[in-house]
Amino acid sequence: MTATESNGSTNGAVPARSGGQVICEAILAEDIDVIFGMPGGASLPFYDALYHYQDRIRHVLARHEQGAGFAANGYARATGKVGVATSTSGPGATNLVTSMANDHMDSVPVVYITGQVARPAIGSDAFQETDITGISIPITKHNYLVMHADELPRVMAEAFYLAKSGRPGPVVVDVPKDVFLEETTVPAPDRVNLRGYRPVRAGNLKMVRRAAEVINASERPMIMAGHGVDISRAAPELFEMATGGNIPVVTTLHGVGGFPETHPLSFGMLGMHGLAYANFAMGETDCIIGLGVRFDDRAVGKVDEFGPNAKVVHIDVDPAEIGKVLDTEVPIVGDLKLTLQALNPLIEHRERRPWMAQLNEWRENHPSLDIPDSPDTVLPQEVVRSIYDASGGDARVIADVGQNQMWASQHFWYEKPRRFFSAGGLGPMGYALPAAMGVQMGAPGEPVWCVTGDGGLLINIQEFNTLAAEKIPVKVAILNNAHLGMIRQWQQFFYDGRYMGAFLDNPDFAKVAEAFGLRGVSVSSRDELHTAIADAHAYDGPVVLDVHVDRVENVYPMIVPGTGVRSVIEDPR
Amino acid sequence: MNGTSRSHTLVAMVADHPGVLTRVASMFRRRGFNIASLAVGNCEEPGYSRMTIEVRGTDDEVKQFEKQLYKLVEVITVRDLTDVSAVQTETALVRVRVSAADRPVLADIAGIFHGEIVDVGRDTMIVQITGVSETIDRFLDVIAEYGIDELTRTGVVAMARGSKAARNGSARG
Ligand SMILES: Cc1ncc(C[n+]2csc(CCOP(=O)(O)OP(=O)(O)O)c2C)c(N)n1
Ligand SMILES: [Mg+2]
Repeated sequence: MTATESNGSTNGAVPARSGGQVICEAILAEDIDVIFGMPGGASLPFYDALYHYQDRIRHVLARHEQGAGFAANGYARATGKVGVATSTSGPGATNLVTSMANDHMDSVPVVYITGQVARPAIGSDAFQETDITGISIPITKHNYLVMHADELPRVMAEAFYLAKSGRPGPVVVDVPKDVFLEETTVPAPDRVNLRGYRPVRAGNLKMVRRAAEVINASERPMIMAGHGVDISRAAPELFEMATGGNIPVVTTLHGVGGFPETHPLSFGMLGMHGLAYANFAMGETDCIIGLGVRFDDRAVGKVDEFGPNAKVVHIDVDPAEIGKVLDTEVPIVGDLKLTLQALNPLIEHRERRPWMAQLNEWRENHPSLDIPDSPDTVLPQEVVRSIYDASGGDARVIADVGQNQMWASQHFWYEKPRRFFSAGGLGPMGYALPAAMGVQMGAPGEPVWCVTGDGGLLINIQEFNTLAAEKIPVKVAILNNAHLGMIRQWQQFFYDGRYMGAFLDNPDFAKVAEAFGLRGVSVSSRDELHTAIADAHAYDGPVVLDVHVDRVENVYPMIVPGTGVRSVIEDPR
Repeated sequence: MNGTSRSHTLVAMVADHPGVLTRVASMFRRRGFNIASLAVGNCEEPGYSRMTIEVRGTDDEVKQFEKQLYKLVEVITVRDLTDVSAVQTETALVRVRVSAADRPVLADIAGIFHGEIVDVGRDTMIVQITGVSETIDRFLDVIAEYGIDELTRTGVVAMARGSKAARNGSARG
């Protein structure tokens, strides 16, 4: 590190602390009370520091580092703070790779503290040596290999600042074993000053005025709200814009809850498994107002059919997202909340009767969320609906990946941000259970439901042990369809029913749960379902509901890949 | 999003940290950008380096490249010099197979291209030539018939004309 690149004024020398202590102090300074991890040789000195901080920093021992990483992601998303996960060198660090990539795709602030072999051993292929800073370059916002304890106070401050500011993301701090032990008298900087990193604040005023003109002049505007609404805490400003201007809203998967889904201006989630009317709207709109979105291909489908006659107003904190997918009439780089605060007063209320009539007509005639009759089987949609009813709509729902994820997003009406959590960008099966642990730790006392597929649950089922050991009262609803359901659905639609690797020969999950010391309930009828969900909701410990649902139910609506928002396949029933 | 593909010259100032080249190169590769040349060296400020990057692409693609580059925390400034008044130069060392009899001819050609003969062997000569890339290309074309034994090029380095203060260019430098 060079003098010019480092930073911030300091408070003068302070008593000597070990590298491990510096990290603990930095965690406390961020008001983080829980971290997740698994120790190992290279990180033992850090665990020795944690030992002395255990009254202030709770360490949750995950049963796999990937679980620790996903839990830190859940904690970060539930609290708005930075999540922290830690591992040893080598296999511990590589087990975190999927989690890093997941945070990176979903812009979630997590700081990873990975142990590294001692400095003299670096580069010698030592036992459990892996170049995690090299490996993680493309899947992190930034990373550090800290070669001197004197650098640690600055690096930790930078790591937390980078993780949470601008477009959030994961930051890895790789610490050699002997640096955890090395002492330093360098104090923590009181501010971070990174010359090459200056996140933007409010958007350019001229552009904001231009955006208002374009929006006010439009006849068929649609707001497309994304994850940025939650990240920037801009839900109130979004509500003000939509209701103030009478502008309808669709959300992306990560935007779910950014605007209350029962509001008449809400047209639900768009995208591959979005609502038919949400997608129709995006085909016909003349003004797409993209708020904290990146126009991901699963949301947009075929670009030519996505608002082909629309002017695009795009507000995002990341300049690289603007103009990446769509030609943009009004590009605004800025923090969403601050930018909307400037924009909202300029938005005129307009009736736009023909457009509203059209949207409502689509909503009437393409209901998308009706659950079909199923005399002989429980449908997976009913499980989600039952959780909605039992919780009065106020549960936090963490979905896994696959069909269950889509049903969990569709059949629950989310009224607030941070009620629905899903790994939308990377889509790693096995996310839900550990993430739900983290959400619960970040929202103690609140009802937290993990909605998972049978396949996805098996990927991180070891975390049942963590739920039991740490008494984390997450409710797990397994949509057990005895299939990798989404795979089966694709093979049915696109491979003429040639099913390959789609069937699951499951264990008895209720018994498995019991063996882990959790309450396990097996459910196979509608009556059992409602009772089991109500009981679980009322119970103050962790519960696992193994719900045997229809094995071949498909997710609708669906946009076939390669086609666009105009070619929605609806439920034939 | 369309347009014609052409060569762009970007200049970036980056922190002189270990690994910064890996970060930049990793971003090129994973986003599928086509790098024609990359030159890195010290710059006027201690602790920083300057990179000159030649990349092919449409204007939109290169704009995206510039933004992705700027997202790297250790990249301080990025500037596309393609359409601004700038000096661009490159150096090549060429070892040419040449008989004693042909030496004067080759020396003449090198002279026309402002090249310099920096080494003479029994049946080879090394020519050092500096200039815009097109000049070097033309020189190589002309001497091809003698047989090029070895060629190494530094890649382009570039600098905008006029003082920094006089350019009211992008905030990114
Ligand atoms: C780690 C990982 N491996 C493979 C996939 C590909 N994949 C996507 S959905 C899916 C099936 C999920 O099955 P299950 O968890 O039972 O959920 P369902 O679709 O049946 O609700 C698979 C294998 C993935 N997303 N993540
Ligand atoms: Mg399944």
